[in-house]
Amino acid sequence: MNTQPAQTDSRIEADKRAAFADRLYFRRRIYNGIGLIFATASTGFGLFWLAWILWTTFYTGISALNGKLFTMMTPPPGDEGGLLNAFAGSAMICLLAILIGAPIGIAAGTYLAEYAKKSRLGEAIRFFNDILLSAPSIVLGMFVYTVVVKQVGHYSAFSGSLALALIVLPVVVRTTDEMLKLVPSAMREAGLSLGVPQWKVTMQVLYRAALPGIVTGVLLALARISGETAPLLFTAFDNQFWSTNVGQPMASIPVVIYKFAMSADAGWKSLAWAGALIVTLFVLALSLLSRAILLRNKVSND
Amino acid sequence: MAASAESLAIAKTDEQRARRDGFADRTFRRIVASAGIFVLITLAGVALTTLWGGREAFATFGFKFLVSSEWDTVGKQFGALAPVYGTLVTAAIALLIAVPISFGIALYLTEIAPNWLRTPVGSAIELLAGIPSIIYGMWGLFVFVPIMGRYVIPWLNDHVGNWPIIGALFRGPPLGLGMLTAGIVLAIMVIPFISSVMREVFLTVPTRLKESAYALGSTTWEVAWDIVLPYTRTAVIGGVFLGLGRALGETMAVTFVLGNVHRLSLSLLEPGNSIAATIANEFAEADSEIFRSSLIALAFLLFVVTFIVLAIAKLMLRQMEKREGKA
Amino acid sequence: MTNPNIPLATTSSVTLVTPPPGADAKTGATAAPPKMSAQGLDFYYDKYHALKNVSLDIAERKVTALIGPSGCGKSTLLRIFNRIYSIYPRLEAKGKVLLDGDNILDPKYPLNRLRSKVGMVFQKPVPFPMSIYDNVAYAIRHYEKLSKADMDVRVEEALRQGALWDEVKAKLNQSALGLSGGQQQRLCIARAVALKPEVILLDEPTSALDPIATGKIEQLVEELKERYTIAIVTHNMQQASRVSDYTAFMYLGELIEFGDTTTIFENPTKKMTEDYITGRYG
Repeated sequence: MNTQPAQTDSRIEADKRAAFADRLYFRRRIYNGIGLIFATASTGFGLFWLAWILWTTFYTGISALNGKLFTMMTPPPGDEGGLLNAFAGSAMICLLAILIGAPIGIAAGTYLAEYAKKSRLGEAIRFFNDILLSAPSIVLGMFVYTVVVKQVGHYSAFSGSLALALIVLPVVVRTTDEMLKLVPSAMREAGLSLGVPQWKVTMQVLYRAALPGIVTGVLLALARISGETAPLLFTAFDNQFWSTNVGQPMASIPVVIYKFAMSADAGWKSLAWAGALIVTLFVLALSLLSRAILLRNKVSND
Repeated sequence: MAASAESLAIAKTDEQRARRDGFADRTFRRIVASAGIFVLITLAGVALTTLWGGREAFATFGFKFLVSSEWDTVGKQFGALAPVYGTLVTAAIALLIAVPISFGIALYLTEIAPNWLRTPVGSAIELLAGIPSIIYGMWGLFVFVPIMGRYVIPWLNDHVGNWPIIGALFRGPPLGLGMLTAGIVLAIMVIPFISSVMREVFLTVPTRLKESAYALGSTTWEVAWDIVLPYTRTAVIGGVFLGLGRALGETMAVTFVLGNVHRLSLSLLEPGNSIAATIANEFAEADSEIFRSSLIALAFLLFVVTFIVLAIAKLMLRQMEKREGKA
Repeated sequence: MTNPNIPLATTSSVTLVTPPPGADAKTGATAAPPKMSAQGLDFYYDKYHALKNVSLDIAERKVTALIGPSGCGKSTLLRIFNRIYSIYPRLEAKGKVLLDGDNILDPKYPLNRLRSKVGMVFQKPVPFPMSIYDNVAYAIRHYEKLSKADMDVRVEEALRQGALWDEVKAKLNQSALGLSGGQQQRLCIARAVALKPEVILLDEPTSALDPIATGKIEQLVEELKERYTIAIVTHNMQQASRVSDYTAFMYLGELIEFGDTTTIFENPTKKMTEDYITGRYG
């Protein structure tokens, strides 16, 4: 592209210029090469940590897996045991959190998409919802501690669910809002043009059209809270025994992992790794599932 | 006559139905609107209750709470400086690593990787964001900390520790725990957030802009550096702030690897503390009102700082969205 | 309406070129008042004046086509006829639109009555994400409590009127999203006629369809006008001339010319109409 000797007075002059252009071009290509290698290496860097962390979790976790995990309660130090009460507790706390957070989130998302598309209040809610989405979970736990635990006077599984529901809420609000906005406005018009009132069109037609997206949002929220530890430390707290009373402290997998991993007891540590493996598998499965739902829906939509 | 009576009846049911539908519509609207407002109330509630819960600490220590590094649980003297410092330093280390790496990943996924590789690699990077933070903590404590202690820190001591000025940052005991370790773990955790924002906004750069640059003989790197990055600057900064917000508030991962020591230290290799780690570590053991109040006051500080950072992030990202909307 | 025989004389810009719709020369039927009638209608999108003093009659059991270049207000006009525009904020209609003599723009006019009497079919086929059967039965359920057997009859009747019955009778419980575009659009027509409306509004119903599906819809429109009053917006000149009895040509929010379709297409009075129909602009 550069060694095109024009009709110049001096042949040497042209050669010089060509050599200079060559050097410049060479340097640019070197920079480009370095840049591209850097970009590729960065991606490798990211994947490297992912692989390492997953490998550690699987390798250590699998060797700690055994049948007692799902049949025995969390043991005192030095004893054998499992994580049954913690699994049950996590399931209950998370389920309750979804039951509280998802309906409010869906309702708020509906408000944003159907009633407040461009209103100032809608914009404000969207803005603050996004902040809530990234707010430190430990502060949300502190909020529930101050408002509920401190007033009641003791820790409880229910307060843990409330704290997790505050994490569920913004995730579901956002996905509901976005998914309802993807429903073509002609669908609304078609429903309303039949004289069916808006609430019915929303609940029976639009929700159905946006269902895969909304379900994805709820699954993503579940994935986020099922490994969440910090807010549970001072809401649901911990319980060494089997409990189904949501008014009392309850064990949960993340809190038990935290307690066991930080201990010096080898049996506890190995249980912590087993728990970590199960939680990781669960979370990864959920995020793959939600991706699959979205993908399938995208294909069939058009 | 019968016909008109009938049509009168129809008219009546029409009006009844219209009234019923109208009422149901208004009720539905009210319900969903209050759910929307609930989001605002929650956020305001978080700010106000943590401020209220921390009032005793603020009243007792006043401004000293912010500038004192004293943390005496027996003598009941509390200052936030050490955890605040730890939070800021670990977040800064995280960003120093994560921002260039995320740029590289975004560039790779938008310009370099073959098409068939983009979705799977992109999804894999995003999986990093899905791993619960407690897993990062355990991995950090049991796998990464020993490696830092055995290999990295001695090497840093020997090679970087004697440099002028910045050498002081890299001199310390080979514990493995500490701010550098926490910063690296945080970097891994925020990379998926920053890179996915960057990737998304890089995709918004009009193809004709890039194509005309390529047509002029620009290299891929030049297009990324001179066209894509300037075009998306605001949103990229927004993405960085989003990552910063995450790094500041991250709790479990840093709790495991920071060491939980309330001491200000220049060295990044010394154990330290952060706001979130302090709360997680000590709240259950807080035995006095003032201790507990100080921890809630810390939570308030954390909330205010992350709120500001995230608000900036959101505003910058929104500018990009607006431009997209117009285009 | 002082004189039902001359329903078009309200706007000076409209030239009356044929006997008005009420007095049909061919059948020699007695003059009937128009089914719907817009009178001095203005429409605003926020501050944009989209319709300017439009007056037009829609004759009963005839097909009236609205034509004109994009943005001329023909769809806007159609969307006023069942007040579907009112779901968006900052839109405003001024003037009168009469349905059987009652002003439907009067806020006291019950919206569900209006919409059960005036059905609408949109540009893109939008079947609801439910079964074919439920698509048709959905709106009926809102108005009437029918037994399963009665509902079956109503659904079949509607699907037959939509010329879809034979194609779907074996798969009524399958999702409507599995139908072809043309079938989906006929399902939307069936869904609208299931409520036994009096007027059907078609907003460019074939613009998203291939020629064969378009042909079927046009044939269907021909059949439907035996029972219903139809207003259709179309971009397609041939379609307007094929299916409609009356044609209104609009430009920049004004009604330029309105009359018998044959006359509008073969002997328009206004130069503008002629230019548009012969394809000189649009």
